[in-house]
Amino acid sequence: MGQKYSIFAIARQAMQYHQGWERAWRSPEPKRKYDVIIVGAGGHGLATAYYLGRNFGITNVAVLEKGWLGGGNTGRNTTIIRSNYLQDPSAAIYEKARSLYETMSQDLNYNVMFSPRGLLMLAQTEHEVRGYKRTVHANRLQGVDTEWIGPQRVKELVPIINLEGPRYPVLGALYQARGGTARHDAVAWGYARACSDMGMDIIQQCEVTGIRTEGGRVKGVDTTRGPIDCDKLALVAAGHSSVLAEMAGFRLPIESVALQALVSEPIKPCMDVVVMANTVHGYMSQSDKGEMVIGGGTDGFNNYTQRGSFHHIEETVRALIETFPIISRLKMLRQWGGIVDMTGDRSPILSKTPVEGIFVNCGWGTGGFKAIPGSGWAMAELMARGHSPLTEEFTMFRFREGKFIDESVAAGVAH
Amino acid sequence: MLILECPYCGVKAEETELTPGGEAHLKRAGPGSSDDEFEAYLFMRKNPKGVHFERWRHSHGCGKWFHAARCTATLEVFGTYPAQTTEPPKDIQDRIRAKRPDWEGWA
Repeated sequence: MGQKYSIFAIARQAMQYHQGWERAWRSPEPKRKYDVIIVGAGGHGLATAYYLGRNFGITNVAVLEKGWLGGGNTGRNTTIIRSNYLQDPSAAIYEKARSLYETMSQDLNYNVMFSPRGLLMLAQTEHEVRGYKRTVHANRLQGVDTEWIGPQRVKELVPIINLEGPRYPVLGALYQARGGTARHDAVAWGYARACSDMGMDIIQQCEVTGIRTEGGRVKGVDTTRGPIDCDKLALVAAGHSSVLAEMAGFRLPIESVALQALVSEPIKPCMDVVVMANTVHGYMSQSDKGEMVIGGGTDGFNNYTQRGSFHHIEETVRALIETFPIISRLKMLRQWGGIVDMTGDRSPILSKTPVEGIFVNCGWGTGGFKAIPGSGWAMAELMARGHSPLTEEFTMFRFREGKFIDESVAAGVAH
Repeated sequence: MLILECPYCGVKAEETELTPGGEAHLKRAGPGSSDDEFEAYLFMRKNPKGVHFERWRHSHGCGKWFHAARCTATLEVFGTYPAQTTEPPKDIQDRIRAKRPDWEGWA
């Protein structure tokens, strides 16, 4: 067991010039064989490992990462957490995730800075008004706490907003008071530390180059640090899921595209909720540092470069300036892209695969961060027990049966 | 910024002038196809990290559909060609092979 983080630990360390802090997780050499190998040490992969250990006592686990821990989409998102989805299966898994975020800092003994500051999804057309009212009703039945609010309440919550438009006036909003943000890197680091404490091996800079199968069953993986055997293998690699599936000899209903985000220079606190505007396609929140964190749309073409097209940034910023006129003179500090894995119905895949022993957790597309704990929880159950009530509908075989979980209609495109 | 040359009107179009249309050369599953074939046609994509053939429409230009050969790992464009074909033309395939000797072929 590693060090426990607490105010007393800080005080103790202060006495010794903070020289006694241990590394948060070990960096071991890979063993020859593990019970479970998870490919991808992002939030979803690490959460899967954590709940395998915590809920099922499976700790002979390796998490392989080709780059560095949390360096993919976990470190590239806009940290928004919400669960106001229309369809029951989505609401169930996203609400599970949101509720796990509430206690995550205590569970992991790692401050993930979960901030349930409230989240607004603006309705800027009549269609959106109808769609979101429908979502509110659906959420009531699902036990997800959301409400429909009118423009005046929106203005109270977000004083800097411009309600009048003119092109897209704000007609109201879907409000989830328990939604918010969390520190994205800390989520990955906290899970990594907890996994390492349970004896799991997190192996960075270890790229999977091949997947070995025998008689339709997984045997192990070949990596840049040598071959490793396993009984069960989870592919949790977001944008690179198709590449891994190809190695295992099957295809996924996924296309990889670039999604971008950007942050402004830090300014004084001016907005203490998250605002999403799906019609004009932009979303914004203010980080604890004061930066305005802005996300926009995906490119339409396949791309693995983690670089997006400039015109999407222009569109996003243009839309947000109309909604928030005060940001028009903000300078943007940084801009970046991540490769997201889009499925045909814009809902994730947590599933067994045609190869026995291989499981996939992918297809989270543009909205994976909010789902990390729920995704890990459900994936661990699926891998340990062979089935999970949370993943039943998210099988990769739903496309053949036409059983889509059609959120792209309900939620607009932002997810 | 992606720039593709429209093979019909010869305009070097920047991507805001174009609309992407996904993987090219998909074979439509006809009547009598199995569920698997239909699923493959509708949803299962190669999504390669590397050479990719795709459909584009010159939507703010001549309005016609064409095909492009592109690398998704570097954004390099190997060439564009008209859509009235069931496989990439030989000169494009040769160009790709010259630049990517380990390319396994378009099928």
